[in-house]
Amino acid sequence: MEATPSDTSPVKLSCREVWKVYRDGAAPYFRRDVTSGDAGALAERMRADGAIPAAVDVSFDVHVGETFVIMGLSGSGKSTVVRCLSRLVEPTHGEVRLDGEDLLEKSDRDLIEIRRHKMGMVFQSFGLMPHLNVFDNIALPLTLQGLPDPERNERVSRVIQLVGLEGRESAFPRQLSGGQQQRVGIARSLAVEPELWFLDEPFSALDPLIRRQMQDEFLDIQQRLKKSIVFITHDFLEALRIADRMMIMRDGMAVQVGAPADLILNPADDYVAEFTEDVPMVRVLKAADVLDPSQAVADGMPRKDADTSVERVLPLLARHRNGIAAMRDGRPVGVVTAASVIAALAQEKPNRVGSGAPPSKGHGERRTP
Amino acid sequence: MANAGPPSPRLLPSGGRLDWMQAGVVALMLVLLSLGDTPAWLVAYPSEWIVPVTPWLNAFMNACVDLVGPAFRAISAALDVPMTAVREVFNWVPWSVTVTLVTFVAWSVSGWRLAAFAFGAFLYMVVIGYWHESMNSLALVVITVPTAVGIGFALGALAFLSKRAERIITPTLDLLQTVPAFAYLLPILLLFGFGPVVGMIASVLYAFPPTVRNTVLGLSRVSTEVIEAGLMAGATSKQLFWRIRTPSAKRQILLGVNQTTMAAFSMVIIASIIGGTADIGWEVLLTIRKALFGESLLVGVVIALMAMVMDRITFAAATAEPEAPGGSNRFLARHHNSLIAVGLALGAAALASFLPFLEEYPKGWEIDPAHYLNDLVTWLVVEHAKTISLIKNWAFFFVMLPVKKGFDQTITPFTWGFEFTAPLRAAYALVAAALVARIGFRRGIGRASLVAFFAILLYYGVTNLPWPAMLVLGTLLGWQLGGPRLALGAAAAFGFLIVAGVWPQTMLSFYLCGLAVLLSFTIGTGLGILASEFDGVSAFLRPINDTLQTMPLFVLLIPFVMLFKVGEFTALLAIMAYAIVPAIRYAEHGLRNVPADVVEAATCFGCTRRQLLWRVKLPLAMPVMMLGLNQTIMFGIAMLVIAALVGTNGLGQQVYIGLSDGDFGVGIVAGVGMAFIAMIADRMTQAMSRKYRERFGLRAEV
Repeated sequence: MEATPSDTSPVKLSCREVWKVYRDGAAPYFRRDVTSGDAGALAERMRADGAIPAAVDVSFDVHVGETFVIMGLSGSGKSTVVRCLSRLVEPTHGEVRLDGEDLLEKSDRDLIEIRRHKMGMVFQSFGLMPHLNVFDNIALPLTLQGLPDPERNERVSRVIQLVGLEGRESAFPRQLSGGQQQRVGIARSLAVEPELWFLDEPFSALDPLIRRQMQDEFLDIQQRLKKSIVFITHDFLEALRIADRMMIMRDGMAVQVGAPADLILNPADDYVAEFTEDVPMVRVLKAADVLDPSQAVADGMPRKDADTSVERVLPLLARHRNGIAAMRDGRPVGVVTAASVIAALAQEKPNRVGSGAPPSKGHGERRTP
Repeated sequence: MANAGPPSPRLLPSGGRLDWMQAGVVALMLVLLSLGDTPAWLVAYPSEWIVPVTPWLNAFMNACVDLVGPAFRAISAALDVPMTAVREVFNWVPWSVTVTLVTFVAWSVSGWRLAAFAFGAFLYMVVIGYWHESMNSLALVVITVPTAVGIGFALGALAFLSKRAERIITPTLDLLQTVPAFAYLLPILLLFGFGPVVGMIASVLYAFPPTVRNTVLGLSRVSTEVIEAGLMAGATSKQLFWRIRTPSAKRQILLGVNQTTMAAFSMVIIASIIGGTADIGWEVLLTIRKALFGESLLVGVVIALMAMVMDRITFAAATAEPEAPGGSNRFLARHHNSLIAVGLALGAAALASFLPFLEEYPKGWEIDPAHYLNDLVTWLVVEHAKTISLIKNWAFFFVMLPVKKGFDQTITPFTWGFEFTAPLRAAYALVAAALVARIGFRRGIGRASLVAFFAILLYYGVTNLPWPAMLVLGTLLGWQLGGPRLALGAAAAFGFLIVAGVWPQTMLSFYLCGLAVLLSFTIGTGLGILASEFDGVSAFLRPINDTLQTMPLFVLLIPFVMLFKVGEFTALLAIMAYAIVPAIRYAEHGLRNVPADVVEAATCFGCTRRQLLWRVKLPLAMPVMMLGLNQTIMFGIAMLVIAALVGTNGLGQQVYIGLSDGDFGVGIVAGVGMAFIAMIADRMTQAMSRKYRERFGLRAEV
């Protein structure tokens, strides 16, 4: 199978047992002996005390070049978590490591340096400076660094081109549509050439059509830049389109972490299952997710890449009853048959567990972007 | 009835015991008053009991002046240098240059309409022959505003950055803004001595609070995402403040500058009462005193025009949206306005050096329509003497006197044309009792006691109410609206006024201001309702309101003095002219901003227009209208002091007396007393508005 960032590339950002508790006064909860117990029970105790645990014992890794999506409904704590990662919100407890270095130990000065060179963030409501035009908005992070004008202008022009805003440099934010404004936000966050890219519901404020278009452009940009990304959304379908891996949050807790198909096929609980209910399976599942590896490939079978979506395999399958060979790296990895598709769609887990790729929490089947 | 339907919406919470206490006090008051021979100490606070606050304050102030006076005089002398310089410059620059520059600034911030207005306004000053007086005032404003804005922004930033600083700054601002403007002048006068510098310092003190408030508001309203974007861009805390937060808050801060400019100008005008400034305010005062109404009106128009030009220009500058600049040369693009301005100024100056009339407008060319105006006024007053005196007497006998002295003393054959005989008195008592009983059954004892109070008030008059009853009632009302703290505040404020021996003046002020507020609020709300229902009315009222509000308070007196001479009726009208504006504005604003979906829903289930207004819009607009009442009261109190110039007896007059006699104690006691009343009234009406909002779960967005 092809190498994927989460399998082979090093960990970029690691988040361990991160808590954020809003409470008046000091929190007495995180003495060593106390935290060893059940996180859910501890969170309940905090709520009973009148404290608000916004992030509860959240742990995950983001690998280099990976798009990691945090999905949850409003109030689930996803925005708090992403802010803990950049220390816009100071975590109450836990550990955040960037390239192996403890971010929470950093001094304010170091943190500013890290934000200036390693991190970029895109905001839901864009967070543009109303008094600056497009060019100056995008240039702002570089201006704050004190970058010399020629280099600054060169970099700004490059990202402006990247997001397709040529010709609008002297417009002011209020003169732009929502989609255009978010392009400015994206360009600004990329101007510092960050390694780590945070996007906090970047497309949620946009119209559905624009949203889809922006998602495509985002995927396109990521294809070229290969950033390590933490992407926040409340839209499950958006998460599916974009994620290499995703984490579902509820009441501050991580409910499940895994590849999109993994979550759909093996939801950890009813809560996750509810999200997956309306998902058009044929579009999400790839040939690789539904093939039968035990069956031998016969001559004359049409060949399709294992990453082809089931939706596009179905018409072929209608004409070729014997099945279709799923290929990866020029070698067949299994056969997709009507029965195997139906079995997957019906979520006949025992069957799949017995024959197909074993689903696991965290590192199951995945697609490459 | 065991269960009388749903509870009717009542403003006062059914405090139960408090309501009964209130009723008890009202009843006691009635008994005391009706006994006939009320003990004298109950009606008038005995002079032996007065605490000599005034002499104490005078002694304290004298000590202060002795101690630090020289230092302050030195500051005053130091400040005099830049001030004189600015004034000299403004007087030296040819008028044509100034007019050109003002017109250009107006054009560049707004457009040709404002430019035309500014040009006309400034040309009027020249032609009418008050150019140098106007420039003296303008010089004061020009030096005051940057100082006030600088102080205001620094304090605002401090209050924003430090919670501890905010806890000191906010209440100080409250006090500074509620103490009547005249009262400011007193201590400054004593410390700094006479002269224009006093006007400047007083103006700075009076004008900087709006900048502080708007700075705090603006800085704290910058959206968290903008701040987070700044943080993620790696801004240091200094960069975050100066390059992210402050520019993002610019608009709000500039609105503060607009308000500061207007406050500074109005204080500059008021400060000319001290004299020695030869500015435009002094001219108004002089002409009013000499009863030269034509002249005072002409000069008043100068003030009004200056105020409007300054207001429109600073407001336009505050709300201007940044424009995408054209052209490639960044220096030219950034500075092209300044370059044009310099060019225009030089051009005008060059022209003026050839044509002397552009430098100094010839005396012979000035026009003086004052005597026509005087003739007109004289003609009006003579020709319509009957109507005028009829209006005046009618208002005085049938409205003002009953409130002041009560029907008891007002109804005589001379005034009302008949005797207030015993049967009539009994009839009044019966009607009042029936009304009180009816309200009592329908709305509860709290409301009923309020109605009873007003019935008693009308019978005996404000000035005859026993002070202990007023003290207790004020305290109880404070308790009901705002809880124990407000009750304590009300008690302290009333107590201070009683003990300091200014209770009679307080009641006179209460009578005049209360009546003005009541009338303004009623009429203003009526107009506001009309304006909210009919766009035409709204479009008609808006410029009038704008004008009334930007007008320095002095000027409002002029037309009323012209028609009705000095007296309480004139004062009442002048106060109403100013205090009616917020009543109209808030009523319209509140009604027009009732949530659209509620209005649509009500329309859908078949509300008539009238039902919609009375049953949906008015109740929902209540919180905003209560804020309007709050502002009406504040405006009324502010105008009360100014109105003292045309003959009222009350706290305003006391302040004025203190100022003209240089009697610090008298002026400060009255001034601080008024500030206390203003603050208590403010808190009570705010609490009322909050109660409405809480009941509806609404937020008043004003």
